[in-house]
Amino acid sequence: MTVTHTYDAVIVGAGGAGLRAAIEASDRVRTAVISKLYPTRSHTGTAQGGVCAALSNVEEDYPEWHAFDTVKGGDYLVDQPAAELMCEEAVHAIYELEHWGLPFNRTPDGKIDQRRFGGHTRNHGEAPVRRACYAADRTGHMILQTLYQQCVKRSVRFFNEFYVLDLLMADGRAAGVVAYELATGELHVFRAKSVLFATGGFGRMFKVSSNAHTLTGDGPAVVWRRGIPLEDMEFFQFHPTGVYRMGILLSEAVRGEGGILLNGELERFMERYAPTVKDLAPRDLVSRAIYQEIKEGRGAGPKRDAVWLDVRHLPREIIEEKLPDVTEFARVYLSVEPTTELVPIQPTAHYAMGGIPTDVDGRVVLGAEETPVLGLYAAGECACVSVHGANRLGTNSLLDIVVFGRRGGKHATGYASQADLAEPPERPEGFAQDMVSALLDRREGTNAADIRAQLQESMFDLAFVVRTEPGLKKMQDLLADLRERFARVRVQDTGRMFNTELMEAVELGFLLDNAAALVGSALARDESRGAHFREDHPLRDDEHWLKHSLAYRLEDGSVRMEYKDVKLGPYVPMERKY
Amino acid sequence: MASPPETPGAVLESSDRPRADKAGLVTLTLKIRRYNPELRGDESWWDEFTIEADPNDRLLDALHHVKWYQDGTLALRRSCAHGICGSDALMINGRNRLACKVLVKDVQPKVTVEPIRGLPVLKDLYVDMEPFFDGYRSILPYLVSDEAEPEAERLQSPEERHRFDDTTKCILCACCTTSCPIFWGDAGYVGPAAIVNAHRFIHDSRDGAADERLKILSDKTGVFRCRTTFNCTEACPRGIEVTKAIQDVKRLILLDRF
Repeated sequence: MTVTHTYDAVIVGAGGAGLRAAIEASDRVRTAVISKLYPTRSHTGTAQGGVCAALSNVEEDYPEWHAFDTVKGGDYLVDQPAAELMCEEAVHAIYELEHWGLPFNRTPDGKIDQRRFGGHTRNHGEAPVRRACYAADRTGHMILQTLYQQCVKRSVRFFNEFYVLDLLMADGRAAGVVAYELATGELHVFRAKSVLFATGGFGRMFKVSSNAHTLTGDGPAVVWRRGIPLEDMEFFQFHPTGVYRMGILLSEAVRGEGGILLNGELERFMERYAPTVKDLAPRDLVSRAIYQEIKEGRGAGPKRDAVWLDVRHLPREIIEEKLPDVTEFARVYLSVEPTTELVPIQPTAHYAMGGIPTDVDGRVVLGAEETPVLGLYAAGECACVSVHGANRLGTNSLLDIVVFGRRGGKHATGYASQADLAEPPERPEGFAQDMVSALLDRREGTNAADIRAQLQESMFDLAFVVRTEPGLKKMQDLLADLRERFARVRVQDTGRMFNTELMEAVELGFLLDNAAALVGSALARDESRGAHFREDHPLRDDEHWLKHSLAYRLEDGSVRMEYKDVKLGPYVPMERKY
Repeated sequence: MASPPETPGAVLESSDRPRADKAGLVTLTLKIRRYNPELRGDESWWDEFTIEADPNDRLLDALHHVKWYQDGTLALRRSCAHGICGSDALMINGRNRLACKVLVKDVQPKVTVEPIRGLPVLKDLYVDMEPFFDGYRSILPYLVSDEAEPEAERLQSPEERHRFDDTTKCILCACCTTSCPIFWGDAGYVGPAAIVNAHRFIHDSRDGAADERLKILSDKTGVFRCRTTFNCTEACPRGIEVTKAIQDVKRLILLDRF
């Protein structure tokens, strides 16, 4: 049986962007937040190091310097007006979080303390600047808790452990979503005037990832299947300092507080790659430097496929007070004591710069002319504004979710308060019902876990820090094969209650779609820019490629590419040196 | 009613996890408390699974291996897999732990896994979290301030900030609350996690609702149900001194009112 609900605004996802949008919407229109997790389980909570804003609390700083760093860090693929707006609004966004109770670390005079972070500099690259506001190495945890607390205060209506499987459209407008209730196996139709996706990333397509098991690109896949393109999917950030083998994030704040990287010969190799900012170079540069050191035989560890993170020289109170969680990760997962031992690390799949194309008000936009889809919104990691361009600077993701969560929520609310409810298509749950039934009704078939493992290992081998045309072509062929096998997946659990095996299979289907968009976009872009590094085309090519990719899904799951211009501004593309 | 369980993995094309390197693996037996009202009504039972695991893997990885390659019906919550999201609180060898913070080498050759206690079990390791969050919501878990907001941040000294640092670490995993014998016996008790979150705001120099929270917690469902067994402190995966926070709230109520 299908249950039908009617709301003004529906928000899909309850991480930072979804909760911030919900705060905006819930006071003004009838709002539902649909999340496949309890809100406090969302991955925003694992962000560690900080959230940047030019508060000038500890040294001179300006939003304009922040915007420059963001554009340069993004290797000039950033839409500059969007970055300028984000960096301007950052200051108020931080004060707002503080007013809501976020327990930031403080300076001796009681202001919000700030620290250094990769790629954030004073006066257009002169030296690292203290711009990151933080709460120990738990800044994301504090943001998620604070936003959830504000939602509790406002009695926001949550549908927890509901998986959104489909977007409903009517005459080119959003009409709602269809969700699967994990507890009962029932489908729910949520009719709404505006729908905002805030479902986070899709790092689980890679074997080594900092991402939660649940980060499977549900939002991007759901809208992609309804004809919406995905933007700049080839730009996926590989964070340099993941726990060796496991990929758990060790914050860039470790280097912000003075930690350094050493190769197998105990050389501080970043001095060679980025003489000015050294270990605090942006993440794409550091990850490639690590790859290069390993490739040239200077890796660390028994297999020489890691490098060391060294904090032994830092004062113990800095480690205990400002980096307590990452210190514990090393102790728990590596049995390493960071105060006296070197920590083995390797790059880990971390963050999607690309996603659902939106404007600065969170409106999903189509094509090169950026036509808004009425009533459809996206914010946070699943969206591409684009403020991160080809490589996101550390801390700018937490900023993105509060700035564009608010803007998207505000516009979605305004739209919902004047629009009428679109009539959903006949049998609105049909598409989702078929998706679920196909998996449940198949009497024999293949195991989803094998397909997932092969996807993750192959993407790690062929579409990670360094890419080549033959590698990407191989991956594209493999994806076609995996899709074909996925069509024969069956689940053992045919029950209706808490059938997580069924939902994991559905999530695998979403991951395969996200991977197809990523690989198709990466194969087409024969240049290197930001996080997308093509060994066969190692230079940036502004003449041909200063443009955003738009990947469309074809019937058979393969990809068709279109492009749109980057919105330039005051910063002329120049060679990126640090 | 669903059909009875078939031989796990019987019709799957492949059921062995691809492993480049079998060397160094250890054998782990997982004894898991099962419950599935669709299959067996109100009865709960034990299942045992034996797998090969890397000793440095997490217990969560081992549970995944069972679910993905032996019995897909096994149901458990998890997300981040590194001790931050708080989804996979389980009773592991009789103690409340996050499955992603326990390593195989620390529990092999055999480990017992059960749902956390005191909350209704829904299926296998899934419990109903609503009563837990009801307790959390009852203590006004948000900053309350009547003062006009300044244009910039409110000032707070590092010392003032430090006073409530420990209790800001709570991830609402419910390890503490569901280790408490008082909570097992009386679900009306708000439980340690709710008190921890009250403590976080009571000691925040920016907050103005301490009296209101202390009044809520002085009620018969509040802090005085605590019998100081320290189970909560022992169970907290974030290392919060839970019992100390509860004692602190008790003391504030006593100083204030009696």
